[in-house]
Amino acid sequence: MNEQTEKTVLEFDDVSLTYHTEKGETLAASHLQFAVREGEFIAVIGPSGCGKTTLLSLSAGLLSPSAGEVRLYGKPVERGNAHIGYMLQKDELFPWRTVEANITLPLEIRKCNTPARRAAARALAEKYGLGGFLKHYPDQLSGGMRQRAALIRTLAADPRMLLLDEPFSALDYQTRLNVCDDVYEIIRQEHKTAMLVTHDISEAISVADRVFVLSARPARVVAAHEIGFGEMKPLERRKDARFSAWFDRLWKELNL
Amino acid sequence: MKTQSNCSLEHSLFLRRRRRESIVVQLARFGLLIAVLGIWELIAGLKLVDPFIISSPSRIAVQIGKLAADGSLFYHIGVTLWETVAGFVIAVVLGTGIALALWWSERARRILEPYIVVLNSLPKIALGPVIIIWFGTGSSAIVFMTVLVGIIVAILHMLGGFMATDANKILLLQSMGASKVQMLRKLVLPSALPQFVGMLKICVGMAWIGSIMGEYIVSKAGLGYLIVYGGQVFKLDLVMAATVILCALAGAMYALVALAERILTKK
Ligand SMILES: Nc1ncnc2c1ncn2[C@@H]1O[C@H](COP(=O)(O)OP(=O)(O)O)[C@@H](O)[C@H]1O
Ligand SMILES: [Mg+2]
Repeated sequence: MNEQTEKTVLEFDDVSLTYHTEKGETLAASHLQFAVREGEFIAVIGPSGCGKTTLLSLSAGLLSPSAGEVRLYGKPVERGNAHIGYMLQKDELFPWRTVEANITLPLEIRKCNTPARRAAARALAEKYGLGGFLKHYPDQLSGGMRQRAALIRTLAADPRMLLLDEPFSALDYQTRLNVCDDVYEIIRQEHKTAMLVTHDISEAISVADRVFVLSARPARVVAAHEIGFGEMKPLERRKDARFSAWFDRLWKELNL
Repeated sequence: MKTQSNCSLEHSLFLRRRRRESIVVQLARFGLLIAVLGIWELIAGLKLVDPFIISSPSRIAVQIGKLAADGSLFYHIGVTLWETVAGFVIAVVLGTGIALALWWSERARRILEPYIVVLNSLPKIALGPVIIIWFGTGSSAIVFMTVLVGIIVAILHMLGGFMATDANKILLLQSMGASKVQMLRKLVLPSALPQFVGMLKICVGMAWIGSIMGEYIVSKAGLGYLIVYGGQVFKLDLVMAATVILCALAGAMYALVALAERILTKK
């Protein structure tokens, strides 16, 4: 990959964020400074409560920085930006909607619910193994299937940047590894830029091009590593000799 | 659930046992009713207790027959039914609307909270005289009483439902740039459907309380009026007859709501 020609998608420019409640104020992110390039898969690791979700909320424009600026394609990001697709820990499928109606939800919200885009969303679902389940309700699907449906929903409005907030942590171990593989491949095949936050070091190594390590609260980026596994799939990476070396290194950095 | 045609012997035995069990339950239910009515009839018939005081199933039936014959039965049922249904519908519609407004505006919610709490704990019957002065002694006073009894419950129940909307789903819609109206239509209203059905069930009960209580205070007609009147002239047969009809009507209205529930929650 040629870094010179690669475009910056998301950029944090000296971003800090303070939460205000009646009990007091919490500095959740402090002087965040990094850039995500087009097509990159970034994993952000940090201990629980360090500010990972906050970082994603800032990226999606759901929170405005207390200081600094978050830019998406060079412009300050605002809530509901069409380039952003946000995926949460749980699938958050609406139980009263069919799988099909769930995955086309972003089209309704973004007022681009055209037959062509609906067909594209359906095609996406078919391509990734949900074709037979479009008329089913979410509670008829397994946990892994549901999370896949949630990803298809995230992709339905064709965002260029995916934000994933610990998307596998609600799944059991076996399913988690499989869904992780699925999600990785889908994101690669659809050529999306992605930022995934997790507290699971091995998950980060198994999907990322680069891993950002956050400090305990307030979140700062204490290290950024090129993992260098290229296009290797998560399950292959886990078998690779370099995997445990990365694990040890990141483990130490997290526990500094 | 689909029943499998080629189920195992064990499963068909299980199904048979379940069927038998539910037949037993049905029979016991019916038998209990018959037994109570029979004992009642017996006690009254043998004059163990003066039937003038406890009435009896046959006397109640005769009384209902008499009321039906002179047409007043349907008149009184009509009056009470109309008051109850009107009060119920107004309480449900208005209550849900107010709950929506309170969901929409946090400020309104905070301002109105203490008033709603006070109104909720106030025994509505205390407002009887006020209602008579404002609405007179006709049906509108009773409808008002019915609304009063139901609406606060409806508001609190629905507001609770709206406020319990899953925060992560809200976040999800926000990330898609949903407006507040979209939030309402796509998420808050559909996810509060179970609360709505629950509220309907509670409000049916409340509506009957309100209408009968109203008729107790300002009676000119209706089943509540019959009960009060029967009590005053010591005609226990009339009191019991009106009560039995009330039971049947309340049961029927509840069954209607249960039907509505099945239609509303059917996917
Ligand atoms: N809405 C909020 N109001 C106040 N404090 C918050 C809010 N959201 C998060 N925090 C605090 O900010 C810190 C970081 O939270 P979060 O970004 O959710 O961490 P993580 O996702 O890494 O577990 C935590 O200490 C949390 O208590
Ligand atoms: Mg979090």
